[in-house]
Amino acid sequence: MMSQQSTAKVSLAVEIAGLRMKNPVMPASGTFGYGEEFAPYLDLNRLGAIVTKGLSLRPKAGNPTPRICETVSGMLNAIGLQNVGVDAFIEHKMPFLREINTPVIANFFGNTLEEYGEVARRLNDIPELAAVELNISCPNVKQGGIVFGTDPQAAHQAVDVVRKNLDKPLIVKLTPNVTDITVIARAVADAGADAVSCINTLTGMSIDVRRRKPRIANRTGGLSGPAIRPIAVRMVHQVVQAVDIPVIGVGGISSAEDALEFLIAGAQAVQVGTANFVDPDAMQQVIDGLERFCIEERIADIRELIGSLEV
Amino acid sequence: MSNFKTRILANQEISPGYWRMRIQAPGAVADCRAGQFLMFRVQLSLLPLLRRPFGIFRTGFQPSDVDGLPPVEYLEILYKVVGQGTAMMSELHHGDRVEILGPLGRGFDGGEPGRRKILVGGGIGLVPLYMLAEQLVGGNEVRLLMGGRTRDDIIVVTEFERLGVQTYVSTEDGSLGDRGLVTAVLQQQLDTDPDADVFACGPLPMLEAVHDICRQRQVPLQVSLEALMACGVGACLGCVVKGVGHSETSPRFLCTCKEGPVFRAEQLAWDRLDRTEGTCEGCK
Ligand SMILES: Cc1cc2nc3c(=O)[nH]c(=O)nc-3n(C[C@H](O)[C@H](O)[C@H](O)COP(=O)(O)OP(=O)(O)OC[C@H]3O[C@@H](n4cnc5c(N)ncnc54)[C@H](O)[C@@H]3O)c2cc1C
Ligand SMILES: Cc1cc2nc3c(=O)[nH]c(=O)nc-3n(C[C@H](O)[C@H](O)[C@H](O)COP(=O)(O)O)c2cc1C
Ligand code: FES
Repeated sequence: MMSQQSTAKVSLAVEIAGLRMKNPVMPASGTFGYGEEFAPYLDLNRLGAIVTKGLSLRPKAGNPTPRICETVSGMLNAIGLQNVGVDAFIEHKMPFLREINTPVIANFFGNTLEEYGEVARRLNDIPELAAVELNISCPNVKQGGIVFGTDPQAAHQAVDVVRKNLDKPLIVKLTPNVTDITVIARAVADAGADAVSCINTLTGMSIDVRRRKPRIANRTGGLSGPAIRPIAVRMVHQVVQAVDIPVIGVGGISSAEDALEFLIAGAQAVQVGTANFVDPDAMQQVIDGLERFCIEERIADIRELIGSLEV
Repeated sequence: MSNFKTRILANQEISPGYWRMRIQAPGAVADCRAGQFLMFRVQLSLLPLLRRPFGIFRTGFQPSDVDGLPPVEYLEILYKVVGQGTAMMSELHHGDRVEILGPLGRGFDGGEPGRRKILVGGGIGLVPLYMLAEQLVGGNEVRLLMGGRTRDDIIVVTEFERLGVQTYVSTEDGSLGDRGLVTAVLQQQLDTDPDADVFACGPLPMLEAVHDICRQRQVPLQVSLEALMACGVGACLGCVVKGVGHSETSPRFLCTCKEGPVFRAEQLAWDRLDRTEGTCEGCK
């Protein structure tokens, strides 16, 4: 039934920390390369934003193989943050991204506070970058390998050093591998984050019982995909209540309905990760599905749905 | 072709554990190059979650079921049932809906025109060699050296023969063809006349042996590798192999899905390949 409903204008636009997006859908870092890999399969101009693979100061080799394994409704990965490094990104990847009419968000990480600060400084100099996303799920090699994002003080320090070197909107990506994610969320908000994205992958392990060996060379890896969605929704719900800055929901989204769970829980936008591997135009389907949902539910502006959870 | 939903035209077991699936694929004949692969979505649900990579065996046209309609363009894959995904694939029937992403990756380069071509296939590794043979017969003398553990592993060799390829079969248990390893046959042939281009696909130990034989005789070699893949398009970096010159400080990882699956032997860091790279349980 193609009634006049379907021609009614639905606004999917959202704004996060001054960053305007056509819709709330963007890829999760590390699952969309530097954008160009997916250009043959979907129109990058239709995305809310593009988030790059995590960048570091110098190129990073990453982990030995096998690096991935499939699990029930999910996958483990220990890619080891292999990336071209921030300078090669600027030289070789930005020219392609510049041509696209979609805001680009550079995800990055470091293993020392100095590295975080230095990468932030270099990214800040790229005028076409709309925002940055700071991955704090990395060990601080100068402090006994404690993962920045699992300790409120270390997380605060990392955000603080980045904030001092950055004028662009700063999104901080939270790790779920903590007892209470709201403590970390508050710490990074205090340090000046403009938004948080949650969640990164959950540490997991899978064993090949015949060979008596871990299925991935790194032994443990990050679990992603539909299997983690209920955990991600719960954490987004908690963080939305704990902080005043906007929250971006990530974890196991492969359809509009999945994305809606996060929006209704209070996320202002969502990221689609593993689903891009299953279906290279997954985000297009999420965007189309959100529009359809709004039409069906007679919602003129998707922002009406954000945080509409009834409890 | 690109990413598309389509239907199965036929799915048959051709030897114990080995299946042949024909899939409707508009554009396949023009688009697919020898050595390329596709990512096959077993079901439109989320189980299993990831797509499975398969080499493209061949493409063609078949008459339409309906009189008067134009021929139907197809591609074929050959697969061995090794786990959950391939077991589910073997349950699919004519008319079932599937989703395919492809053709993907870099295929074979035909080598020097006129020179003898030797294709070496181990078990299911034979798959990407058929379209290569199709492309090479005509201008070149083409041989297929096909190896397997037992006779059941020797599949579709007669189809190569029909193209005019000379085939040499060997099995480890001697149940078909010569008893022994396919690499012994390669060695013999190159010792008689080393003026050849070699193309190989199969388990890593076989590829390593082929590489040693070719390197010693300075014979150009291209190999097709396997790797665990999540995306197939160069985004996840799950499928990497070490390229020549790789080290911890100057990493040279090559994406099997994008820069491969076919590599020139000189591109790879053979001495540093992990046992888990470039081959998998399924083809051992
Ligand atoms: C480029 C390429 C071409 C291939 N061509 C063929 C072919 O023509 N015919 C054929 O039978 N097989 C081929 N394979 C191997 C095929 O992909 C696996 O046998 C298949 O994925 C196994 O799936 P499963 O669910 O049955 O096994 P499971 O063991 O249950 O799979 C679990 C996970 O491991 C992955 N996996 C398991 N074995 C392999 C493998 N050998 N290579 C890559 N991933 C694997 C699966 O994709 C899945 O993600 C190819 C692999 C690659 C990379
Ligand atoms: C292969 C792979 C690589 C990833 N690389 C990064 C990365 O470089 N930086 C980062 O912040 N998150 C990375 N992630 C985490 C994702 O961005 C996302 O937070 C997580 O996968 C959960 O979302 P999903 O279930 O939709 O995949 C990666 C995930 C996967 C599966
Ligand atoms: S399979 Fe994802 S990068 Fe090759």
